[in-house]
Amino acid sequence: MHQPGTPTQEQPTFLPRSAPDYLPEPQLRELQLTRLQAIVTRAYERVPLFRERCEQRGVQPSDLRQLADIQHLPFTVKNDLRDTYPFGLFASPREEIVRLHASSGTTGKPIVVAYTQDDLDVWSEVMSRTFAACGVHAGDMVQNAFGYGLFTGGLGAHYGAEELGATVIPISGGNTERQMMVMRDFGVTALCATPSYFLHLLERAREADIDWANLPLRVGIFGAEPWTEAMRQRIEQESGIRAYDIYGLSEIIGPGVGSECCAQDGLHIFEDHFYPEIIDPESGAPLPDGEEGELVLTTLSKQAMPMIRYRTRDLTTIIPERCRCGRTLRRIQRIGRRSDDMFIIRGVNVFPAQVETALLQVEGTLPHYQITLSRKGSLDQMEVAVEVTEAVLSDTVGGMEALQKQVADALEHIIGLRVGVRLVEPQSLPRSEGKAKRVFDNREG
Amino acid sequence: MKFKQLSLFLENQPAHLKQPCRILAEAGIDIRPLSLADADQFGILRLIVADWERAKHVLEEAGCAVRVDEVVGLEVADECGGMAHVLEVLEQGGHNVLYTYAFTFGEAGRAVLFMRFEDPDAAIAALQAGQIHVLDPVRWLKRTE
Ligand SMILES: [Zn+2]
Repeated sequence: MHQPGTPTQEQPTFLPRSAPDYLPEPQLRELQLTRLQAIVTRAYERVPLFRERCEQRGVQPSDLRQLADIQHLPFTVKNDLRDTYPFGLFASPREEIVRLHASSGTTGKPIVVAYTQDDLDVWSEVMSRTFAACGVHAGDMVQNAFGYGLFTGGLGAHYGAEELGATVIPISGGNTERQMMVMRDFGVTALCATPSYFLHLLERAREADIDWANLPLRVGIFGAEPWTEAMRQRIEQESGIRAYDIYGLSEIIGPGVGSECCAQDGLHIFEDHFYPEIIDPESGAPLPDGEEGELVLTTLSKQAMPMIRYRTRDLTTIIPERCRCGRTLRRIQRIGRRSDDMFIIRGVNVFPAQVETALLQVEGTLPHYQITLSRKGSLDQMEVAVEVTEAVLSDTVGGMEALQKQVADALEHIIGLRVGVRLVEPQSLPRSEGKAKRVFDNREG
Repeated sequence: MKFKQLSLFLENQPAHLKQPCRILAEAGIDIRPLSLADADQFGILRLIVADWERAKHVLEEAGCAVRVDEVVGLEVADECGGMAHVLEVLEQGGHNVLYTYAFTFGEAGRAVLFMRFEDPDAAIAALQAGQIHVLDPVRWLKRTE
């Protein structure tokens, strides 16, 4: 049995909720195929867009004889959800739908997702398995700082933690003072938040002289935005908690698609409900396990809104080796790069993750930074503003100029472009309470 | 025999220098010598104060990154050749001065130099051997209060 405070000792406990994590592989594949055939049949019969596309390709649900046949099915993309706004992809009659969520929709129409009661039960199940994999137990005090509302994060984590038997504090995001008060006064043992918001909390707690070492907080469950291994190390070192990465997206179900385990070495996909594939993002061709490409997910049990071969735009790899935690569920590498985050400057593709790699190389930990793109004449400019931390502060101008040059050199080496580096005062870049916005594109047109 | 010097990073923008000075003033901390080294986009503000630990704390609370280094303070006659003699002594001993700044206060005819060395202890020994008055931080800060 797992002992609180020593998460690395976690053993497979076969709690009823976690049992599907350890299904023998042949049984898991058989279950996936049965569920895949059923869900594809459901979508074919009930979702006109999907049926149309299948007919164009000359495929039918009965063509699915083995799992690999999934590659003959058409993809679904985010625009399909916008084009059929609001309810065009629903496979259940309206009266069977008990919950709707929607994306905030920064551009144009939002996307709407739907759940039947069975879907909500599956969601609670996969989220409770997520908590269990991260070493959270019945009896834990869970502060849920994911946003409640149309966003899936808050309610998804909420029902999952309740299902597990934990105590949930539905505090939602924002209001840092109150978060800190609750954390201290209620004896919070696990916290759900975006990693950038947790760093913000840490900074504010330091300013308020809160002694993290004496708080009972032991687990952080972080998701909703890509983050790096270096950020994990910084969080774990500065707060003394164990920080876990979880994965999900509203189009598939919300949080609960995948989760790290005690090994912190890749995220297990809850494959009994979500079937993962990796494809070449250019050609759409399937790639074998172990190769990097775009993650494509198929919901195997979602009734209200089956998603068949949904292109996530997330770049990752399926790890072929079995995890040392004993789960048979395949893992994906943590997602650092999202094809949506990429920007193009002077013809070169750049990911914020590359900038983070350069900063880490030079500084050892990741400082706050911001990327600004602008246009001077016809030439695109990229400038990285980096907050100076005590660790890299020199008492000479020459020392700071050397740091500036080191960062520029590291960036040039990784990106292949000479870009501007500006050192700025600590705490001077804007902090977001949700997902950190790193790239500001001021180029016109 | 060494002073604790605080260094702060500042962006080269109007009013950015005022901020740390105001923070210290509000905390009732009196800045003694102050020097600003600046480049195009930023500057390094160096300060010597009586209670450096409290100064560091209030600056950090206000969100500044603060670095602490040890510098050597010495008193020279504020006259032609005073500085040259100091530099000669240091040169003979091979003590490289990373940077220096001067400060004059109420006592006429005297100037105080603050110098940063790679090896301040060796530099102090050389200065003292050369009959140069190396300041005792506690006494000097008290004397100039
Ligand atoms: Zn594992």
